[in-house]
Amino acid sequence: MRFFLRRIVHATFLLVGVSILSFVLMELAPGDFFAEMRLNPQLSAETLAGLRQQYGLDQPLPVRYLHWVQSVARGEFGFSFAYNTPVAPLLWSRARNTLLLTAPAALLAWLIAIPVGVQSAARQGEWEDKIASAGTTALLAIPELLLALGFLLLSLRTGYLPAGGMISIGFSELSWWGKFQDITAHLAIPVTVLTLGSLPILVRHVRATMLEVLQSPFINAARAHGIPRRRLLYRHALPAALNPLISLFGFSIAGLLSASLLVEIVVSWPGLGPLLLEAILGRDLYVVIGAILLSTMFLVGGTLISDLLLFAADPRIRTR
Amino acid sequence: MIKTRTISLPLLLLACIHLIVVCAGFFAPYDYASQNRTLPFAPPARIHFVDSRGEWHFRPFVYGLVDQPGRFGYYREDRSQVYPVRFFVHGDEYKLIGSVTAHLHLFGISEPARMFLIGSDGYGRDQFSRLLFGGQVSLFAGLLAASLSLVIGSGFGVVAGFYGKWTDEMIMRLVELFLALPWLYLLFAVRAFLPLHITPTAAFLMLVVIIGFVGWARPARLVRGIVLSAKERNYVLAGRNFGASDLYLLRRHILPQTASVVLTQTALLIPQYILAEVTLSFLGLGVGEPTPSWGNMLASLQQYHILVSYWWMFIPGVALIPIFLSYFLLANTLQKRLKLG
Repeated sequence: MRFFLRRIVHATFLLVGVSILSFVLMELAPGDFFAEMRLNPQLSAETLAGLRQQYGLDQPLPVRYLHWVQSVARGEFGFSFAYNTPVAPLLWSRARNTLLLTAPAALLAWLIAIPVGVQSAARQGEWEDKIASAGTTALLAIPELLLALGFLLLSLRTGYLPAGGMISIGFSELSWWGKFQDITAHLAIPVTVLTLGSLPILVRHVRATMLEVLQSPFINAARAHGIPRRRLLYRHALPAALNPLISLFGFSIAGLLSASLLVEIVVSWPGLGPLLLEAILGRDLYVVIGAILLSTMFLVGGTLISDLLLFAADPRIRTR
Repeated sequence: MIKTRTISLPLLLLACIHLIVVCAGFFAPYDYASQNRTLPFAPPARIHFVDSRGEWHFRPFVYGLVDQPGRFGYYREDRSQVYPVRFFVHGDEYKLIGSVTAHLHLFGISEPARMFLIGSDGYGRDQFSRLLFGGQVSLFAGLLAASLSLVIGSGFGVVAGFYGKWTDEMIMRLVELFLALPWLYLLFAVRAFLPLHITPTAAFLMLVVIIGFVGWARPARLVRGIVLSAKERNYVLAGRNFGASDLYLLRRHILPQTASVVLTQTALLIPQYILAEVTLSFLGLGVGEPTPSWGNMLASLQQYHILVSYWWMFIPGVALIPIFLSYFLLANTLQKRLKLG
């Protein structure tokens, strides 16, 4: 328990560090949201100065940071200049869409990676293993960007799947079943791309840890006892190989908000990715900082969850 | 023992690609920015040996393209005149390795026809030439950024590992901070805090610095681990007792130990960084027009009609595959060799 308290304190420090770092970088950056407006001849310099004052951009850095911390405490995470609303609700709705995309992708990748990795470890050097390793190498070498564009092309050419976006026109008139179908159809391409993108690393890790376990004496003993192959692999070997995989699972959770950034932009999925890009191009810096902080929170949460799982899975850690 | 072949094949391929890209001006028939407004989205040139009268030519030739009225981006070949492909021709001016001005090109055809080996883009610019010049940006951004990150990373790693105590504590906290942040996010974020409109050269340098700066943490941690174990070795302790200075110990005994890990890391980092450059340029945050990079060449695919109609616009992305494959094979072989040795 003390261990987890320490972890949470550590995580808080990390978040504070990240936010301060972001603010310092922001201070170093030339220009702000209103600098782009300067080119607009209809706005006078006084108006811009007024706007800056209104949004508190003329204050020195520590003051702005304190204001921002106050707004975090209120649950607002600063103010978006472009959307003219607090950042938090904006981020929440986008983050929900991103999770809708990445959670199934992560789940699917794990569901495929475990059997494939286990089998190729069990049949090391045989043709199954060779095919699997050729497949993972190929997938590793194909950039996700290209995969996404390729699938998009495929869907546009065949017309089976909607290309891009999250919902069709007339979505609101559909029944809940129709809505479900519509979103699933839109999910198909990005989820496939994300799954294929994360698959090779997972398969490789599962295979490597399984190989290590399969060489240990207790597996030989179990085999000598005549335990069937499937039971041996999934009931005896896999739990023993679980620890590094749980850490990796923590990274999967941690990446839920950030893994799909590029794919979202390519297939115009209304998640955090397009919002972040837009905010960067428009210098809407509180949105950028909010998004960074949110994904850092996920990262911290992911490692925390993986620690909890380790705690539950491994009695050796529990007794320490 | 690992066969030398498994390491030399990817190395050879990479060396060839880099050589061609460095001498892009010579291998490319045209300048990367030279436009041809009458020939947007021309398909890859068809190279013929037999002309319309059934006559055999020993020198391959192409036909000029004529656009079909009313149909944008569709062409037919004008069979009335052949344009033989000539080698070592005089063409657009270019700078070899940034300094020597030259006019010699490996191949080309005589004006007014144009030879688009892998098609042309929306401004009628030669994709092949742009691919080669774009490689200069994309491949070398990856290479330089990886070197930068390794230099920064090993520097901090060595200092942290060798001097220990509070220096170690501080640097490792910083490493954790950098490792904690999602990589692409960090890249985006750092980019967000820099000016948007800059010249291509500045953009290139900026990308190298950003990408290199963002990725220093992982090599730092690895190098620190090795230095930690290396400095306790008996010969290092003996050297210290003989009165060797810190600098001497680092240079002679400790840094050579890190070389293998640094090498493997290089092979792993470069493809990742090439991809980072491509991604940023694809999103319009990197090198901008008219300078080509594989990322901004792919960016036009964000328009649906280009995505659907012109398959040769995918080529810059496809070109990444053999390069990535080579780097992965290289890293794999290095890793295996290290485990054995």
